[in-house]
Amino acid sequence: MSLAYYPGCTLKTRARNLEEPAVASMKVLGLQLDEVPRWNCCGGVYSLAEDDLIHQVAPIRNLIRVKKQGKTELVTLCAFCLNTLKRANLLMKEDVEKRNTINSFIDEGLDYSGEVEVVHLLEVLRDYVGWDVVSQMVKLPLLGLKVAPYYGCTLLRPREVAIDNVESPVIFRDFLKALGARPVDFPESTRCCGSYQIVSSPDDIAEYARPILNSALSQGAEALVLTCPLCDYNLGEGQQELMKKNSGFRRMPQFYFTQLLALALGLDPKICHFELNYGKPESLLRIKNLLA
Amino acid sequence: MSAKQTKRKSTATAVKHRAKKPAATAVKKEKKTAAKLIPIYIMGKRYEVPEGLTIMKAMEYAGYILIRGCGCRGGTCGACGTFYRKPGDYKLQVALACQKTVEPDMYIAQLPFFPANRATYDFAGLTAAPEEVFKLYPEMFRCVACNSCTKACPQGIEVMDAISALKQGNITEAAQLSFDCIQCGLCTSRCFGELAQYHMFQLARRIYGAKIVSRAEHLAEMVKAVDEGRYDRFLDELKEAKEDELKKLYQEREVEPLTAGEDWKPKDTTYL
Repeated sequence: MSLAYYPGCTLKTRARNLEEPAVASMKVLGLQLDEVPRWNCCGGVYSLAEDDLIHQVAPIRNLIRVKKQGKTELVTLCAFCLNTLKRANLLMKEDVEKRNTINSFIDEGLDYSGEVEVVHLLEVLRDYVGWDVVSQMVKLPLLGLKVAPYYGCTLLRPREVAIDNVESPVIFRDFLKALGARPVDFPESTRCCGSYQIVSSPDDIAEYARPILNSALSQGAEALVLTCPLCDYNLGEGQQELMKKNSGFRRMPQFYFTQLLALALGLDPKICHFELNYGKPESLLRIKNLLA
Repeated sequence: MSAKQTKRKSTATAVKHRAKKPAATAVKKEKKTAAKLIPIYIMGKRYEVPEGLTIMKAMEYAGYILIRGCGCRGGTCGACGTFYRKPGDYKLQVALACQKTVEPDMYIAQLPFFPANRATYDFAGLTAAPEEVFKLYPEMFRCVACNSCTKACPQGIEVMDAISALKQGNITEAAQLSFDCIQCGLCTSRCFGELAQYHMFQLARRIYGAKIVSRAEHLAEMVKAVDEGRYDRFLDELKEAKEDELKKLYQEREVEPLTAGEDWKPKDTTYL
């Protein structure tokens, strides 16, 4: 089985440690990820202004390319790409007037009305593969690894595009369980990391990260696992600031969920590119005997 | 035409419009050449010009002296990027003025130069990391994927795809997609995000050529051999040869067949 796959710009540069382990893992699980031909930036963020249709063009052009590719489902790894694409898709499904305006502007010779379903890789694992199958395929169970799943905003908000229950999501917990790790529930798992606010207020980065990291630490987490390069950047740079400010602040290794998947499936850790991670996760993995 | 041209004097303005009535010129021209005259509009003014002329020649026929916005006249220098539109169609079309022949009722405006942002950099100090390009042209991320750039390219380049490639850190792809770019700047003039696509692509091609594509080792070896004078005596022999001898050598030379493979060698290997 093969699914259309949208990587996103950051996954091709800064966040190769999110993409490469995902592609390799899905191959092992019998799912081919077919990169959308000629994809462009997802738009970066969903535009909320009612009359700002030009910023819907980028995500919708990608969805048209998926339709041209002959696929009906589109898989994303980055939570922000998911959010932007899924909300733009919803707009095309529900607002006929805007749909017509956008279609006539885009000029791709193919009209689009929201036919593609945008899904996150976690949903693919849950709904297409199944946790039991994932669990059976695990060669190196992540035993004893206490990981706090950080959802952030974009996997769950707004409600119309959420990949799980908005108030009490379990998809990330179930994923970690299937890999043999110990998921650590923590109250701030859906608190905002600061998102693009950090661009205009770079000095706030530590204060956005502090409650999230403290919450996970206080629940006994040894590491954080996430799905979004922007969350990763904000929390990673944030914790470095906190360590600078307060010498007692404990370092928190950050993983992408796909790295843990690849590791548990017994793939070569080189494809995980741990050198790109924040919080030195390799030393934690060595302590847990999960890395040579 | 030559008599007319001698009367004209070059001025400091980029394009100078001649004061003479073009209609009178056109009538005279018709008598001489009997070419069919067609109406075109240059910057909004109507002229009748012989069909079959390129836009550039038609402008000159109408009395413009081009000291900017024209260069090679062969479709490769990118100086004569031109927008035009035909009546009854809202769509803007693009062409190189030296390549496109005039069509009846064309509205024409040349864009000889565009004040696009061009980054300055010390090329020797650059690496092939995508972040180098991001830092020099951060406005790249203002692209909204409207695709107006692609529609404005007279070279048929997938301009938006090449920008996407750059954003994805794929300098090689951007360099290859933009290979035919002649830096006319029409893409930039249409850009919603005010990107200078053609300058970004030039940087991509420079980085690709100098820092990504693998070096041709054999070329360096050959240049060294030439510098060391390995082929000097063959050249000297030719210099001293008599005319008849040269002709004979030329006529009897062995030519590499078009279908020759990579391992083809001439029968006489003296000069290898």
